[in-house]
Amino acid sequence: MFKYQIVIPSLILIVWLLLAILGPWLPLNPNYITLVDILKPPSLLEWLGYDDLGRPVLDRLIMGAGTSFFVAFWVISLSLTIGTLIGTISGWAGGYIDLIIVRIMDIFLAFPGILLAIALSGILGPGIENVVFALSIVGWVGFARLTRAQTLSIKNREHVLAAIALGASVPRILYYHILPLLMAPLLIEATFGIAGVVVAEAGLSFLGLGVQPPAASWGNMIKDGTGYMLIAPHLVLFPGLALFLVVLSVNMLGDKLRDRLDVKS
Amino acid sequence: MFSFFLSRLISVLVVILGVITVVFLLIHLVPGDPVQAMLGETATPTDLEALRETLGLNQPLMTQWWLYITGLLQGDLGQSLYSKEPIIDILMARFPATLELATAGLFVAILIALPLGSIAALRKDSIYDNSAMIFSLLGVSIPNFWLGPMLILLFSLILGWFPVSGQDGLLSLVLPAITLGTALSAILARMVRATLLEVLNEDYIRTARAKGLRESAIVIHHALRNASLPIMTVLGLQLGTLLGGAVITEIIFAWPGIGQLTIESIQRRDYPVVQACILLISLSYVLVNTFTDLVYGWLDPRVRYSV
Repeated sequence: MFKYQIVIPSLILIVWLLLAILGPWLPLNPNYITLVDILKPPSLLEWLGYDDLGRPVLDRLIMGAGTSFFVAFWVISLSLTIGTLIGTISGWAGGYIDLIIVRIMDIFLAFPGILLAIALSGILGPGIENVVFALSIVGWVGFARLTRAQTLSIKNREHVLAAIALGASVPRILYYHILPLLMAPLLIEATFGIAGVVVAEAGLSFLGLGVQPPAASWGNMIKDGTGYMLIAPHLVLFPGLALFLVVLSVNMLGDKLRDRLDVKS
Repeated sequence: MFSFFLSRLISVLVVILGVITVVFLLIHLVPGDPVQAMLGETATPTDLEALRETLGLNQPLMTQWWLYITGLLQGDLGQSLYSKEPIIDILMARFPATLELATAGLFVAILIALPLGSIAALRKDSIYDNSAMIFSLLGVSIPNFWLGPMLILLFSLILGWFPVSGQDGLLSLVLPAITLGTALSAILARMVRATLLEVLNEDYIRTARAKGLRESAIVIHHALRNASLPIMTVLGLQLGTLLGGAVITEIIFAWPGIGQLTIESIQRRDYPVVQACILLISLSYVLVNTFTDLVYGWLDPRVRYSV
C-alpha cells in the first residue's frame, strides 16, 4: 500500500530542507527590484508573481525557507541540549536541586506560549540571532520537563541499579543507561517542537520582531502582503501556504512517529 | 482539603514571585544603556539622568527589585514614557478588550470541539471520526496570522459580511474569535475524543447501558460529565496558547487590547509598559490555572489526596 500519509509530508519536508540548504547557491534574486513588475500576479513564466516592491515572490519564498530552517535547527538543537541536561540532572539528583529546578521550570511555564519570546525579542531588538535566543529561552523547558519525568521513572529500574552497584560514575550512568531510553520521547517532542518553532519564528517576523528587511521570512512576507490582499492576494497566499504545508507535514510525521514508537503524549 | 489548598497556594506564590522577577529583569536585557535606548540618540545627559532616577535604575539591583515589588503591591506600575499616564490606567483601559476576545475565542473553541470530539469518539473509525481528526490536524497546523488575513479576504473584503478590523459591536468579534479559537478547538477536539473513548470503557457506562438508559442520556449524563474534568484541565493549560495567540490576533484585526498595546509599546521603546503587559497576561494565566486546579481538587477527591 502507498503510505501517502508518510510519503507526502516527507517529500514536502525534503523540499523544504533542500531549498533551505541549497538556497544560497541557487541563481536567485530575492532582493532584485523590477519596478514594472510590482504586484504582478503569478503566470506561467513567473510562477508566484511579484511583491509590492517588484521582487520575485518565489525567490523570496526560498530565502524564507532558509530563515525558518535556520531558526528551527538552532532553537531545537539548543533547547534539546540544554533542556535534556537540566532535566536529567534534576530527575537524577532529586532533593533540593530538583526542587529548585522544578520551581524555575514552573516560572518559565507560567508565561503564555509565545508571549515571553515576543517580550524578549522586542527588548533585545530584531535580528535572527535574537529570535533564536528568545525561542530557545522559551523552548528548553518542554525538554527539561519531559526528561526529568522520564529520568525519575527510569532511575529505579534494575539496569540502572545494577550500574550503580557496579560502581559506574554518574555521567556514565546518565549517558549510557538513561539517555538511550529518553531518545524516543525526545525525538517526538523535538519533531512537534520544529512545528512550533517554525510558526513562532514566522509569528515574530509577522509582528516585525524577527528578521529584518530585506531578509525574507514567511512571516514578514505575510505581513507585507496583508496591505494588498484585494489586489494581490498571492502575496499572502503563497508564504502562508508554504508555512502551513511545512507545519502540517511535521505534525503528520510527528503523529505517525508517536504511534510507531508508542509513546504517550 | 486544607493542606491541598495550602500547598497549592505556596507554590503559586513562588511562581508569581518568579514571574515578577523575570519581568523585572527584562529591562536589564536591553542592549547597551536601557535609558539611552528609551530616549533615543538626541537625549541630553540631564534627561538620561532624570529618567534613570524615575525608573530607579541608578540604584543597586536588589533595591530596584524590592522597589518594583513593593510598587506592584500598591498597584503602582509606574508611568508610561510615551503618554506619561500611569501604566495601571492604560492597562485597565485595554484589558477588557483582550478579555472579551479571549472569552470569545474560548467559546468558539468549545463550540467546535465538544460536538466534533464527541461524534468522533462515539463513531470511532467512521468517516465522521476521520474527518474530525483531519480537521484537528489542519486546525493545529494553520498559523493564526495566516488564517486571520485569509478570513478577512474572504468574509470581509469579498463577501462583506464582517468588518475588516477594529472593535465595534458583536459582528467585529466574529472573525477575531474564529482566528483565535481554531487552533484551540483542534487541540480540544482531540482531547475530548481521547477522554471520551476512555470514559466509555468504564464499568459505570456498562451499568448505565445495562439499566437500559437511552444512549443520549448515557453520553450526556454519564460520559461527558466524567470526561469534563480532564478536559477542563487541558483547557486551563491551553489558555496560555490562547492568551499568546491573542497578541497576534489583536495585531491582525487592530483589536485595541493588551496584545496591541504590547507591540505598540515595543515599537515606542516604552519598556515599562511592555513589562506591565507581560506581567498582566502572565499573572492572569497563572491565576486561571490555579483556579482550575483548585476547582478540580474540590470536585475530584482523587486529585487532592494524591498531593
